[in-house]
Amino acid sequence: MVNFLQHTFNGLVGGAFLALLALGLAVIFGMLRVVNFAHGAIYMLGAFGAYVLLTEVGLSFWWALIVMPLMLALFGMALERLVVARLARLDPLYNFLLTFGLTLILQDAVKSRYGVQSSPYDAPEVLSGTLDLGAFDFPAYRVFVLVMAVAVCVGVWWLLSRTRVGMVVRAATERPELSTALGIDVGRWVTPVFGFGIGLAGLAGVLAAPIRAVNPLMGADLIIVVFAVVVIGGLGSIFGSVAAGFAIGLVQAWVQALGEHWALLSQVLVFLVMAGVLLWRPAGLFGREEAPA
Amino acid sequence: MSEQSAPEQETAAAGSVAVEDQAVGVRAEARATATGTPVPAGGTIVPRWLRWALVGSALVVALWLPNGLYPTVAVDIACWALFAVAVDLLLGYTGLMSFGHAAFWGTSAYATGLAAINWGLPFPVAVLLGALAAVVLAIPVGYLAVKRVGIYFAMVTLAFAQMVYYIANQWRSVTQGENGLQRVPRELFGLDLTDEYYFYYAALPIVAGGLFLVWRAVHSPFGRVLVAIRDNPARARALGYPVHRYKLAAFLLSAFTAGLGGGLFAIGHRFVSLDVLHWTTSGKAVIIVVLGGIGTLWGPVVGAAGVTRLEDWLSFAGFEQIGLVTGAIFVLTVLIFRRGLWGTLAHWLRRR
Repeated sequence: MVNFLQHTFNGLVGGAFLALLALGLAVIFGMLRVVNFAHGAIYMLGAFGAYVLLTEVGLSFWWALIVMPLMLALFGMALERLVVARLARLDPLYNFLLTFGLTLILQDAVKSRYGVQSSPYDAPEVLSGTLDLGAFDFPAYRVFVLVMAVAVCVGVWWLLSRTRVGMVVRAATERPELSTALGIDVGRWVTPVFGFGIGLAGLAGVLAAPIRAVNPLMGADLIIVVFAVVVIGGLGSIFGSVAAGFAIGLVQAWVQALGEHWALLSQVLVFLVMAGVLLWRPAGLFGREEAPA
Repeated sequence: MSEQSAPEQETAAAGSVAVEDQAVGVRAEARATATGTPVPAGGTIVPRWLRWALVGSALVVALWLPNGLYPTVAVDIACWALFAVAVDLLLGYTGLMSFGHAAFWGTSAYATGLAAINWGLPFPVAVLLGALAAVVLAIPVGYLAVKRVGIYFAMVTLAFAQMVYYIANQWRSVTQGENGLQRVPRELFGLDLTDEYYFYYAALPIVAGGLFLVWRAVHSPFGRVLVAIRDNPARARALGYPVHRYKLAAFLLSAFTAGLGGGLFAIGHRFVSLDVLHWTTSGKAVIIVVLGGIGTLWGPVVGAAGVTRLEDWLSFAGFEQIGLVTGAIFVLTVLIFRRGLWGTLAHWLRRR
């Protein structure tokens, strides 16, 4: 039982990263109809940025946690203005291809400067111990990651459902033409929303730095898992993407807990679930059927 | 069965204009940005004599290639040309962007390598077996993937290809994991094909056969239906064409062609590594198609030659971060050169 709780906890932490990345993807997709292939590369930049800030500038994890997402959000906004917007009127596949090319550039740029080996990054002093929550000792840093991820997801939900900004963004997402006709300046929100989604990926990256291997390819395979996650949840659905992220993280951890022999299954599980979802509900568990892209 | 359950089917039947616009796929863009006339699938505007002249000069170039280039590079160009044409059959003629074709290229590479190593088959037979293995894999993948269109299709194919990658990575007893399959033999009735120069000529008929197969399919009634589906799936369905089945058939044919390329690649390099299944390989094939020109059969061939030559040149020059260059070329192509090399040429010819 204790073991099960421990695996459940680890699964939630793993799911937290998937959920944060899927959330960013879904927010961007909702507003721009762009599937950002570079999301994994941005995650990597977040983690690498934290490492570089620590070793070359001397800024601690806490600074990185604030600075990196903001910097990457600005980078994302510039990116949206300079290139993504130019392809906005075309088939979404073109922006998918564009961000794929960008991924290659970002990965190789980091690789040429820092090599492919992983860089060590320690969790901050305060969070290096464990927390005793009764059943067993939770590593404090992982608890922090989980709390942060849940807080961010709830925060985004609150922003979207309870604020005026969120209302405008939701209206623009669901009925762009109608919103424009009603006098809402949809275009004004495109760039900030893109930046916000990119910032979320950056945040996930900084959070990942102390517990995942920091190297130029850390986001490369992860992004494909996140794609499968959003197909499962339904890309148009923000709730679905987050829920699917946590669920996949959980199930992966449980299968992994079964032992060595199950390593392959825990890797391909997400794709098998995706296949099942495609058979059963092609639009995704929470996706709506009237919006196939 | 699947025809009724898929969402795209139902929505399209509803006849909503918005849905139709989204489902048209890449070619919708060509119409939006080009001068206003959609590019016909076969380039029928080109006069017949010009087309024969093109085929003739292509044959001459193909026969001359290993004399002008390092023969290994010539073999690579031939393999990638097959791969890119396979991807273009889906992207350019069916309106489906597969971002997971490395699964078929790589599966065939492994199957061909294993058949050649374990059974000592003549290499064309091994390549054929490899391509058939790719088709077998493409049946379930294609069946599931054609339930979605557009960007989802790209994501789904990418995800399935990644699954194949993980399986190959873990299934060490067969794939040798990180070490890869080594010393793949090049058997052909006792002929000595160790020299790349002669192997190129031995492989050329397979390449020509694969390209002819796709050309034949595109210019057949079957190909016409594919183009109709690409341009207006709702109308194709209303006319009574089982859209999903046509898409699946195109998917299988594409997997077969990619498999021919992958099998030859394995024999050509005498080595198969996990790279053949990685998503960067799928991406490279799409890059080649876009750079060469979506929806043209010559384009992917030209693109394959260009990209392979460039990569060879870069690695020869000791440049390690090839992704920087290919990524930049890709970004620029997508931003300002969406017609691609061949598409631009055809457009320019048409205007005169």
